[in-house]
Formats: sequence, C-alpha cells, structure tokens
Amino acid sequence: MDMNEIKEIFFQECEEQLAELESGLLKLNDGDRDPETVNAVFRAVHSIKGGAGAFGLDDLVSFAHVFETTLDCVRSNRLDPGPEVLKVMLKSADVLADLTNAARDGGSVDGARSRQLIKELEALANGEVPPASAAPVEPVVKPVAAAAPPPVNDEGFQPVAFSFDDFDAPEEPPLMEMPVYDIVFKPKSDLYAKGNEATLLLRDLSRLGEMSIHCDMGALPTLDRLSPESAYFFWKISLATDKGEDAIRTVFEFAEWDCDLEISLVSDETAPSGEELPMQPVPFDLSILDDEPAVSVGVVEEEEQLAAQQRDIRNAAVSAAGTASNVLQMAQSATRAPTEKPAPAAASAAAQSAAAQQAAASAGTPTIRVDLDRVDRLINLVGELVINQAMLSQSVVENDTNGTSSINMGLEELQQLTREIQDSVMAIRAQPVKPVFQRMSRIVREIADMTGKSVRLITEGENTEVDKTVIDKLAEPLTHMIRNAVDHGLETPEKRLAAGKSAEGTVRLTAKHRSGRIVIELADDGAGINREKVRQKAIDNDLIAADANLSDEEIDNLIFHAGFSTADKISDISGRGVGMDVVKRSIQALGGRINISSKPGHGSVFIMSLPLTLAVLDGMVVTVANQTLVVPLTAIVETLQPEASAIHSFGSNQRLISIRNSFCPLVDVGRILNFRGTQANPVEGVALLVESEGGGQRALMVDAIQGQRQVVIKSLEANYTHVPGIAAATILGDGRVALILDVDAIVAASRGQSLKPEMSLAAVG
Amino acid sequence: MTMTYAAKNLTTNGRELIAFRVGDQEFCVNIMLVREIRGWTPATSMPHAPSYVLGVINLRGAVLPIVDLSARLGMKPAEPTVRHVIIVAQVKSQVVGLLVDAVSDILTITDDKIQPTPDVISSEFEKSFARGVLAIEGRMICLIELEAIFPQEEREAA
Repeated sequence: MDMNEIKEIFFQECEEQLAELESGLLKLNDGDRDPETVNAVFRAVHSIKGGAGAFGLDDLVSFAHVFETTLDCVRSNRLDPGPEVLKVMLKSADVLADLTNAARDGGSVDGARSRQLIKELEALANGEVPPASAAPVEPVVKPVAAAAPPPVNDEGFQPVAFSFDDFDAPEEPPLMEMPVYDIVFKPKSDLYAKGNEATLLLRDLSRLGEMSIHCDMGALPTLDRLSPESAYFFWKISLATDKGEDAIRTVFEFAEWDCDLEISLVSDETAPSGEELPMQPVPFDLSILDDEPAVSVGVVEEEEQLAAQQRDIRNAAVSAAGTASNVLQMAQSATRAPTEKPAPAAASAAAQSAAAQQAAASAGTPTIRVDLDRVDRLINLVGELVINQAMLSQSVVENDTNGTSSINMGLEELQQLTREIQDSVMAIRAQPVKPVFQRMSRIVREIADMTGKSVRLITEGENTEVDKTVIDKLAEPLTHMIRNAVDHGLETPEKRLAAGKSAEGTVRLTAKHRSGRIVIELADDGAGINREKVRQKAIDNDLIAADANLSDEEIDNLIFHAGFSTADKISDISGRGVGMDVVKRSIQALGGRINISSKPGHGSVFIMSLPLTLAVLDGMVVTVANQTLVVPLTAIVETLQPEASAIHSFGSNQRLISIRNSFCPLVDVGRILNFRGTQANPVEGVALLVESEGGGQRALMVDAIQGQRQVVIKSLEANYTHVPGIAAATILGDGRVALILDVDAIVAASRGQSLKPEMSLAAVG
Repeated sequence: MTMTYAAKNLTTNGRELIAFRVGDQEFCVNIMLVREIRGWTPATSMPHAPSYVLGVINLRGAVLPIVDLSARLGMKPAEPTVRHVIIVAQVKSQVVGLLVDAVSDILTITDDKIQPTPDVISSEFEKSFARGVLAIEGRMICLIELEAIFPQEEREAA
C-alpha cells in the first residue's frame, strides 16, 4: 500500500469525521447537552488533525488545532455552547471541510474566511477561560495518589526500573535545573487495537530529556485468564525535561483517548518522592523498542532465578505492547513463568473489563470498503445473467412445447435465484441519503447568512436508502431547490413577523420509500407561490396566452419552464434564469418526477419521486409497427381497449378518446417515432393512459401488449447518441435490443414541440 | 531474417490493415481499431436515425449501433443478408458495427506503399475520409479513416 492509498483512506475517513462533526454540532444546536455528543465532536476534529499532521497538511492542522482548542473548552464546561458559539462552530466545520477538500484536490480556500474564524474561535476559547494557555490544564495529581493501588505481588517481585541510557540519540547531560515530571501512562487495550505502540510513545518521550521508566506488571493475570488483546501493564515514568508539560502531552496526542495519562511536576532535582520502589536505572536495550519483542533484555537483578522469570514476563509485556500477532510468543513466555500468580480478584476484574471492551468493539456491524468499480462490474454481470436467464427460458419454451417439468422447474428456480441475486447486488449500491441531506444544512446556513434570513432546516428519513448513482446526482438539483426555497420561498424576518409567523423560517427535507420509489419532499413555510406574479411573468414571456384559463396547479407548474425566475431582482444566490427547469430536467434524467403544490401564505412543497435504482426498471413490453418497445410501468395509469364510439376526431388530424366522460388526446406512438407514415386505426390497438410531468394525461396508442417484465437498462448514449423520444435501451429474452420509451418526451412531442431528429452518428452536412 | 524484417517494419512505420469489400469496391482500415468480426443479426431500428444507421444490436450486453458502410460512403444501401459481416470497430470512445459485404484480407504494409488519393475524387466528403490507395496484386484498395466518417464533435454538437 503506497502513500497515496493511505492518504486516500485518510480523506475518506475525514469525510466520515466531518459528517460526524456536523451532525454532532447540529445536535448541540438542538439543545443536546450530552457529554458524549461533545466528545464525539471533539474526537472528529481531533482525528482529522491527527491524520493531517501525519501527512504534513499544515493548513488543516493549524485550523483544526484552534477549533479543537475551542471545543475543548466546551468539553470541559468552560464554554457554554450557546447558539452564537455554535454558529461559529458550524462555520468552522464548513471551513474545515473546505480545507480538507482543498488538501485532497489541491484547490485553494478562502484564506480570509478561515483566518477570521480562527480569530473568532480563539476569542471564544479565551473569552471565558484564563487566557494563559489554550492547552487543557489537568488538575495536578501526585503520582502516588494517582497510580493504581500498589501492585499486589505474591512473589515479592519488584517492578524493574529501566532507563534509556543506551539510546543513540544525542544525549543531553541531565541538567540539575531541569524540572522533573512524573508521568503515569496507562494504556487501554484500545490503544493497541488502534495500532498505537506504547513502546514508540515511550521512545518519543525519551527524546525529550533524561528519563527513567518503571513498568508495572501487577495487573497481569494468570495465563488462563489472560486475554491476548487486553492491556495489563502501565508505566511510571520520571522525566527530566525543560520542554514543558505541553511537549509531553504532544507525545501522547494521538493516544490520549485510549490511555490514562497523568502528568505531574515534581519539585526540581528531587527524585520522585513517595516512590517506595527503588528506581535503579538499569541498562536497557532500546532495540527492543524497534525490533521483534523476542529480543532478550539485559536486566540486572539480585536474584538470578527471579531475573529469569522477570525476563520472560518482560517479553510477555512487550509482546502485549506490540500487536496481538505475537500471542503465541507471549503464551510461551508466560508458560515459562508459571509460578507467577497475581491476585485473582484483580485478574478477573481485568479480564471482565477486557471482555466488556471487546464486546463493545464488536457491537457495530462490520463493514468493508469496496471500490465502486467492482460493485458496478458485479451489477453488470448480474444484468447479463438476468438477460441470459430470460433468453434460456424463452428458448426452452419455444423448443420444448411439452414442457418437461424438471427443466421448467429448474428454470423457475433459476429465475427466482437470479432475481434474488439482482436484488442483493442492488442493495450493495443502496446508500442512505444522509450525506446529501447533511450537505444541504450547510447550504441553508450559507444562504441564510447571505440573505439575512433566519432559517431552520429539519431533515427526516435520512437513512432512507437509494442507489448511489441517484444520490450522487441528487445533490445538484436539491441544492438548487434549497437555495430557491430560502431565497425565494421564505420571507424576510420582518415580513414573517408581520404575517404572524415566527421570525425563523423552516425548511423541511424528508425522504421516504413509497411503492418502489423514493419520495423526497422539500417544504418551506414561506409565502408560497405568488400565482398572479407567475401568471403575469408567463404572459410576458409568451409562455401562455394572456387569456389562458389555467388551474392553480398548472400555474404552479409554470415555474418549471425554462428561463423563469420570479425574484424581483436577480440575486447572487438564485434567479439567474437557470432555475427550476434545470432542476426538473436533472430529476427527469434520473427517471424521476417533480411536482409542486403551494398554499399562499403557508409555503410550498416540492415533491420528487425517483426510482430506487438506475439499473433496472419495471416495464410493459409493447409492439408498435412491428417494433418491440418498453414503456416504463411507473408512467402508465391504466390500459384500455378503445371502442370506435369513444374515438373523436378533433381538428385537422388530432383525435381524442373519451374515458369516463372526459376527453384525452390520443397519441400514436408509431407515428411520433416515425415508424409508420399514417396513423394507425385506434380500434385495432391498445391505449395506454399515461401521466406525464407538467400534468395532463395522454392515451398512447400501441399495437399490442406483450406483457410486463423487469428489464435491465442499457445506455444508448454509450455507443450511439441520445434519441429523442427514447429514454434508453434494454435487451429482451430473445437477445434483441428493445427501446425504452421516454413517455414525457412523447407527450411533449404530441403537444406540438416536435421531436427534433437530432443529428446523429456522423450526420455530415 | 524475420527479426530484421520486423525491426524494419517498426522503424518504417509498417502497419497491418484489414481489407473488406463493400459493393464492388475494396476498402481497408487500421486493424488496431477492429475489435471483432461477426455475422449479421437483425437490428432494432431506431426512430429518427439517419438512413445509413440500420439500428442497434446486442453485443454481449452492450447496445451497438450498426452502420451500413455502403450507404454511408454514398453507395447503394445494402440489403443485409446472413452472408453480410459486421466489423466491430472502435471509433474514438465509442464502438460501432460496420456492415460490409465481406472481409477479404489482412495486409501488412509499410507507409511508402500508400499512394496519395488520386485527384479524380471530387466530393469533399470522399476526400475527407480517403487517406490514400494501395495497389495489392492488381486490386485497388482504398484506405479510409473511420474517425473522419464519424466525426464525434458534430454528434456532440447535435
């Protein structure tokens, strides 16, 4: 694994941390005062800082550091996370996200904005705390009091003190005036689980100055109670350094969460007081800190026998301090010291806590990261499988009219299995809409800031799952709509108050599953659509005739027309002419529908309905002029066999069909697609009643219905070009390509907007 | 001997071409652009397609447009039969099936064998795709450039 891959993983994790950070801050914003929430927020920033430090991303580190410092004030209850504080913090989270993106993609960020925020954050951190130091100051605890109860040791072992005398770094002569710190470093098993090494931390510590280490093995249980993944040892360190406590804390920065760390300043020159055990510096081979734990340790002991055992235990200790991969070695070492028996009570307690920790660690569902390409490949293959299975069934039906039951049964099972495999594979791509929704909260904040409106975004159903491609393509139209909702939909606080509403506007974003589709609703409690204004604008722009008789719904839907913006003045945020028509088109490109309903004075609701996946579609297979076509089932309202008496000619070449006493235009699909020159006789065919966007029903005339089928969507654009009136292609059971009808385009064409035969495949002219 | 030939072949920019028959004429294209050669299968016709696009077929799960090369090159439109052949070729980022009468030869030639296109060609279109002619055993084979026949930019502009 090279550096870039590791970096990529770091950025992926950053995204998760940023999401965590934002959701935590939003919870706090909602009045959550759970210390765990504060901790989660703190951890997120801390992890980003840690990782960024490892990759030398200085901008990110310095900003994260300031942010972390301020968060620490919240964590230690020195700063109340009120709305003002959280506003700054949410902004900081945005900047942190920007910095992360910039670090990944090499872009640049608004330096002024981050500097401004750094100032604000520092002001917050300093405002209510002693301005002496930003670093958290832990209460000073005397080492003896702080240490765990003196190790119980039946055999009268004396913990061995060792120093780093042989360490090859430039040795500083111990200066008498250097302050001496007593450090108690007690790793938890999590420390090792996260790949930290106690030995490396200790070595880093040794670089700070003259130090002596004392390892406490009192908690080591007997072999049968020993859990290979638990941490049993802790170290007492006496360090003479002039670098100060902060430097010591920096060493443990990455491990801070997974160990108990106590640092206390002992009076200068004085040896650690209250230490009952003789701290004789013993030559200690530092290579053990770098190499395999098996390297024997030169220990000078008075009793040879004890020394041998001690060595073994030390091996065990270092093994444990390493990774769990050396379990065997540790076990061996421990076997050689069978006489060693710590107090059973302590041991069982340790074992219990270890078990609890392990249980907690494994509680989350295990997940893996998989390259999207691999999933896509799998999905493609399953698509092939489905087609092949259909082809196989069809040829069996054609060739074997008797229908040998075993073959048919086998085929049926195969069909069921392929369907199941397909569903499972699709489920792999299904992702919750949460990331997109979270991005929206940032957009709302920014626009609220720009427009001076006070907005609250409420999201519901964030865990609704939908195919990843849909999610990826959802962000853009949703951003646009949110902007519109805040910019145009919501009124200014003054107007809201005047209208008897609360000054703070609400935008509600919800997602839910409904009949095999995902429905996303965006509701605001603003003024609603000003129908008079929309109508006037439409007339001005020649979209409708001045005397057109339009229903409220039709007027509302006018905003989806191209070049329609009702904002009086063009603002920075929205209203540049590319508006809801773009949104509608991108939703339609996803196979979705969008509708608006609005109540004057109470706000508007945009309802989007999208397919759960872009890979398969339930369709009705029909025949038109000897061509096989697929009509998406979602578009079809009903099918009917027209009677001659129900067909009425209208104008020069229009025909209407009367359905339950209402007239609906009849559209000959074969004619619109140029498959035949003359209009077919409706009585000989079947009419599909379809509902298209922008309201209005149409009856599509086809020659015959072959049946309903789930089809795998294949792109036409990949090797060809977009074909008007055709959404995509698919491959049917006989191995031939069938075209999937674009119902909305057909309906639009029937309205007179011609299906332009676009130039295609090398139309040299 | 072979080695030196190969080496010479490389240095003088030698190339392999695949020759095929369309109507009563022979054409050739760079063999590196050809993915596979397969028999004719009925295509699904496309609405609003130019006359030389016969439709699309299923190529192992991919949708492949079929172009009647005869019609595209301004000759009589082909009437596909089972004896016709589809040359599956890469044209820029897309894969296209070319309907031809038959594949006739694989040629290994050096660039100096390619003669400039004779001056008789009057139409701009023919000039744009003809890259030269080859005299092979008394036959005349026209080297054509597929990318010139299917210019991508115009399709995207469409």
